[in-house]
Amino acid sequence: MARLTVNGHVRHVDDDPDTPLLWVLRDTLGMAGTKYGCGIAQCGACTVHVDGVAARSCALTLAAVEGKAITTIEGLAANGLLHRVQQAWIAHDVPQCGYCQSGMIMAVAALLKQTPHPTDAEIDAAITNICRCGTYQRVRAAIHSAASA
Amino acid sequence: MTETRGIDRRSFLVSVAAAGGALTLGFGVHPSQAEAGAPELTAWIVIARDDTVTIRVARSEMGQGTLTALPMLVAEELACDWSKVRTEFPRPDENLRRNRVWGDFSTGGSRSIRNSQEPLRKAGATAREMLIAAAAAQWNVPASECSAFNSVITHGPSGRTLRYGEVAEAAAKVTPPKDVRLKDASAWRLIGKPTGRIEVPDKVVGKPIYGIDVRLPGMLYAAIAQCPVFKGTLKSVDESKLSGRRGVHNVVRLKDAVAVVADRWWQAKTALDALAIEWDAGEGGEVSSASIREFLLGGLAATTAGVGRAQGKLAEGFARSARRVEADYAVPFLAHATLEPQNCTAHVTGDRAEIWVPTQNGEAAMASAAHALGIPTQNVIVHKTMLGGGFGRRGVTQDFIPPAVLIAREVGAPVKVLWSREEDTGHDYYRPVAMARMAAGLDASGMPAAWHVRMTGNSIWSTLMPVAARGGVDRQFQEGFLADMPYDIPNYLADYAIRNTHVPVGFWRCVNHTQNCFFKESFVDEMAHAAGIDPLTYRRRLIGTHRNANKFLGVLNAAAERAGWGTPLPPGTFRGIALNEAYSTFVAAVAEITLAADGTVRMPRIVVALDPGTVVIRSPPRCRPRARSCSASPRRSMARSPSRTAGSSSRTSTTTACCGSPRCRRSRPC
Repeated sequence: MARLTVNGHVRHVDDDPDTPLLWVLRDTLGMAGTKYGCGIAQCGACTVHVDGVAARSCALTLAAVEGKAITTIEGLAANGLLHRVQQAWIAHDVPQCGYCQSGMIMAVAALLKQTPHPTDAEIDAAITNICRCGTYQRVRAAIHSAASA
Repeated sequence: MTETRGIDRRSFLVSVAAAGGALTLGFGVHPSQAEAGAPELTAWIVIARDDTVTIRVARSEMGQGTLTALPMLVAEELACDWSKVRTEFPRPDENLRRNRVWGDFSTGGSRSIRNSQEPLRKAGATAREMLIAAAAAQWNVPASECSAFNSVITHGPSGRTLRYGEVAEAAAKVTPPKDVRLKDASAWRLIGKPTGRIEVPDKVVGKPIYGIDVRLPGMLYAAIAQCPVFKGTLKSVDESKLSGRRGVHNVVRLKDAVAVVADRWWQAKTALDALAIEWDAGEGGEVSSASIREFLLGGLAATTAGVGRAQGKLAEGFARSARRVEADYAVPFLAHATLEPQNCTAHVTGDRAEIWVPTQNGEAAMASAAHALGIPTQNVIVHKTMLGGGFGRRGVTQDFIPPAVLIAREVGAPVKVLWSREEDTGHDYYRPVAMARMAAGLDASGMPAAWHVRMTGNSIWSTLMPVAARGGVDRQFQEGFLADMPYDIPNYLADYAIRNTHVPVGFWRCVNHTQNCFFKESFVDEMAHAAGIDPLTYRRRLIGTHRNANKFLGVLNAAAERAGWGTPLPPGTFRGIALNEAYSTFVAAVAEITLAADGTVRMPRIVVALDPGTVVIRSPPRCRPRARSCSASPRRSMARSPSRTAGSSSRTSTTTACCGSPRCRRSRPC
């Protein structure tokens, strides 16, 4: 049994220790907001926060996150209020197919914690998530909007 | 699609569906029924007592905006309160039972909005008139004295009002008017006005709305490995290494694939990786990238090829020309790479099946499942989910469905079959491999007197539906070089030598335009360069008397002007311009690139001008980039109505997308 905290709740799971966190979240805990895109930490669709830092959950084993605090897209809103990144995403109509956007939003929320007012260059360097629809311009505009909110 | 001699993807899909499972059997068997509970006003609209309007959407939503845009077409004429609109996908089996009352479910070819304008607006107008008639009857006044606005009917002379929800039940019993008048575009209150997309709030909180997110009671998970060589088959599987593996239930053998079924997908995937599998590669085993290249080079040199367009006398044109320009171009197979890998969840019981699938064509999904299982089409229930990308991958080809239903039948429980990313990339219906050989003869003024476009490569039509490539002519492969080519060439030949490989090919995001525009525009630049003429000037001269010359010139000039064509650039920065029409959208782009000493190419800026016809969804005003754009991508949110209504004039808008150039001012926050 591995113990981890997901969105503030302590969870015990008995998956094999080498199971990627992504599949623990999706299949064992039934939290499907975190997405599978590539399985090799390249696309960023599976981005979550581990102890507050953005991490790609497809390449993190359960053993590696044991005892840590995980935040997923389902836990980003607080007290019934959407996170300012989620609000900016709605205001800017960012998603198209939307499949990458859970990971994109989690990556951006982590970036704004570290760098409250990122420049375009800082956004380019930090947000390497892949959007197959090509929403990058709206993503960038929404980041600036969330940063000034 | 207008170039395919009357065979388009729509009729193709219908024929595939029919061949797959006797689509017509269900027609008329069950009479049309209104949805239980709230009354139905036309098949598209259900209005509840609390005024909630449910609008049915036949097409799939894969990020292109149909789930918002199609209801907007209905709601515009229905004159309902947009904030009370909900949407739902009607089920393909319902469509079958109701004599295809919702028409075609296939979602591709940039057709959803173009083909839905009239039927959906008419559905909205019909329901509005029925609501007015019901209210007028209740008041015992002439309907002509009543009007509808924002889900309320008002009797003008008395000022009395009734809400839609109050009269919906009576309205559902009104005989629908045979003919309805549609609003003039100048009176539109919704179409083209800033509107947020309906499903965006779900998408930003991670709601489980995609196929991959489906979760059923007692559901198992399957990972699949298909033969690594196309058209190869499964020889043997040694599952001895799986004994004692946790969570593993079954190993399922299919003709050309193996699947492992387990309690969790990761257990299935790792067990699959541990299997020793032997494949029979078949004839494709000998094929390599080099052999495909040789095969295609033969196509470039072939003496016969299917003629897509010919005019004038090519040989005479070349004979009269002062100089000859030649170039070859090549592009590889491309996978669709939807970010959501292919998947399908299936539950098969006896001669019935239920599937949950991200598909661009619910009817083809239904037929595909029925065909694979050998059961009647009407015994298949398809639940369409949101698509994590489509791009053509999930449209004509529904290859992710047969393995899923066969695995589910063997397992006897609901199973989610999910392909790994590697499996998805390795088993696509790819954009075709293609080559083009260009030869032009320039006259004394540097303009082409003759141009021969020889193409070769893998034909989609001749492999998926041979009748569409009759006589060795596949006009879709040549799109962009046919009547849709903007340029006037007195002596011109576009021909195509079909060279089909064993690699499956399919429709891929704008299909052949994606490479043909590159071939065409690159070669126009070669000609301009040889003539010593500015590429923009050269294109303006070449456009000549094309029937859409004004549209081509409109976008070309708009892009050039906004990009500052001709103004000086810093050292190491270069500009290029290109022009194309695809599916009734006209587009020109000016790209700025930088070339570093080490050969690295970057594109800090691109200016795109497009004329898409009527725009249905506009972004909310605060988030529009400052370049007054309506949309940055022709794949998104726009109608291309072939027959525009009066007052809906064609317009050209420009969009500047910034990629971080310090000189670009388009990157400021809204």
